[in-house]
Amino acid sequence: MRRLSQLTPLAVAALLLSAWEVAVRIFAVPQFILPAPSVIAVRFAEAWADGTMLRHLVPTVTEVTIGGLLGGALGLLIGVTLGLSGSARRVVSPYLVAAQSTPILALGPVLVLWLGPGLAAKVAVCALITLFPVAISTLVAVRDVDAGTLELMRSLGATRWQSLRYARLPAARSGILAGARVAATLAVVGAIVGEWLGGTAGLGVLLNLARGSLFDTPLLFADLLQIAIVGVSAYALVLLFERVSSKKIA
Amino acid sequence: MQILQVDGLSHSFGERDVLRNLSLSIAAGESVALLGANGSGKSTLLRLVAGLLTPTAGQIALVGSAAAAGRPEVGIVFQESRLLPWRTVLRNVTLPLELAGESLSSARATAEAALKRVGAGGLLDRNPAEISGGERGRVALARALVRRPSLLLLDEPFAALDAITRARLDDELPELVAGAATLLVTHDVAEALLVADRVLVLGSDGAIQLEVPGLRGQPATGRRAALLSPDGAARQTRLYAALDSVSHA
Ligand SMILES: Nc1ncnc2c1ncn2[C@@H]1O[C@H](COP(=O)(O)OP(=O)(O)OP(=O)(O)O)[C@@H](O)[C@H]1O
Ligand SMILES: [Mg+2]
Repeated sequence: MRRLSQLTPLAVAALLLSAWEVAVRIFAVPQFILPAPSVIAVRFAEAWADGTMLRHLVPTVTEVTIGGLLGGALGLLIGVTLGLSGSARRVVSPYLVAAQSTPILALGPVLVLWLGPGLAAKVAVCALITLFPVAISTLVAVRDVDAGTLELMRSLGATRWQSLRYARLPAARSGILAGARVAATLAVVGAIVGEWLGGTAGLGVLLNLARGSLFDTPLLFADLLQIAIVGVSAYALVLLFERVSSKKIA
Repeated sequence: MQILQVDGLSHSFGERDVLRNLSLSIAAGESVALLGANGSGKSTLLRLVAGLLTPTAGQIALVGSAAAAGRPEVGIVFQESRLLPWRTVLRNVTLPLELAGESLSSARATAEAALKRVGAGGLLDRNPAEISGGERGRVALARALVRRPSLLLLDEPFAALDAITRARLDDELPELVAGAATLLVTHDVAEALLVADRVLVLGSDGAIQLEVPGLRGQPATGRRAALLSPDGAARQTRLYAALDSVSHA
């Protein structure tokens, strides 16, 4: 039963890919519109072999890592502060909600204007887009910790800081990490969009190159595959952290 | 020596007066049970003594100084066991010592001894979710005892337990608390008489309405029989009558 449920996603993927392959061949879809999976796989391997993919992967991973960690850390800080203080929450949370519903990506051109076309602007987009889901999920999780648990901590003589460290954060852990999972995939989106706005390397830049000057649709799809891999890896890293930290917290 | 001395204590939640001019005292090692209708203010009294609430008026002296949250002289067991689900049984019991800055290794040794004493020595590495309600009650008791309090506050600690587990804990309680004075809130008249030196009834006027001597002084084997003796039955009847008048007031 267990093995079956693990195999099912793979089987579904194989089925979809086969259907795609067969459909492209039967209807003779031109390669520049929709390449067959086999063609994409070959182009993906080529791009890795000739170094193209790695050259564009490194900047994107750098932006996602720095921006994601920065945004995550800031979001955590803001979320914990607002979760602890009702008065800070009443003042700040309307802005947080407003900012959350503004499309952050639309700020991209402004950030490039201010920070230039280099790494800084892309890191800033990544950080901003990760900050809000982490801040809001942390705020809610830290605020809603069981009152009985907090009363227990007080009865044991815990300071405010000890209550945070020993009760609020561990209790809020899964809520915070749920926000981090969302943020991890958003960080990749942020990096790609940041790269569209200017720059010389990155998976987002490669998308533009493959579509425009190179007119290489299989490379475009190979790049999309690579971006998906980065996104899934970022998500998987959060899951891994979740596993490891569940054994470490105390 | 008095461990707890409460004088003229009043407490209101907004407009609602809960306790009014309540006085009571508990001597070292003494066990006092507190009965009273739902909403009469029993939990409020325990919270005040534990320093978790500030009284509207009156004095609470604990071993000579004013009540304050977190004092190591007081241990409290809430109605729900309130174990932290992300910590093992052992680490739940080391928590009070960790908070006081004790090293984990010495906290472990103390906590293990406390768990053994309450009969939960076999549960050290289990998670709270994996143990029974009775076992959780024992662990919460060990956590309250681990700082060696001189006063133990118990708020219906065994309310969720089946009759047999509860009877067993009632019989063991005088030994389990290891010399601490106890203030036990319960709704069970027989339980109150079995475990206490004195049984108090909190009246609808927010003060102690009746005091009846308990059976704790009797040898463990004779306690349950004493409960059914004419004298024990008379004490039960007085307590029931007082509770009855309270709940109809
Ligand atoms: N934080 C609070 N704010 C407002 N009112 C409260 C608060 N805590 C308790 N009360 C009220 O004070 C009264 C006494 O409550 P308390 O919990 O002390 O009763 P109790 O005797 O422990 O009852 P029970 O037997 O049901 O546990 C109740 O009417 C309750 O509604
Ligand atoms: Mg109560």
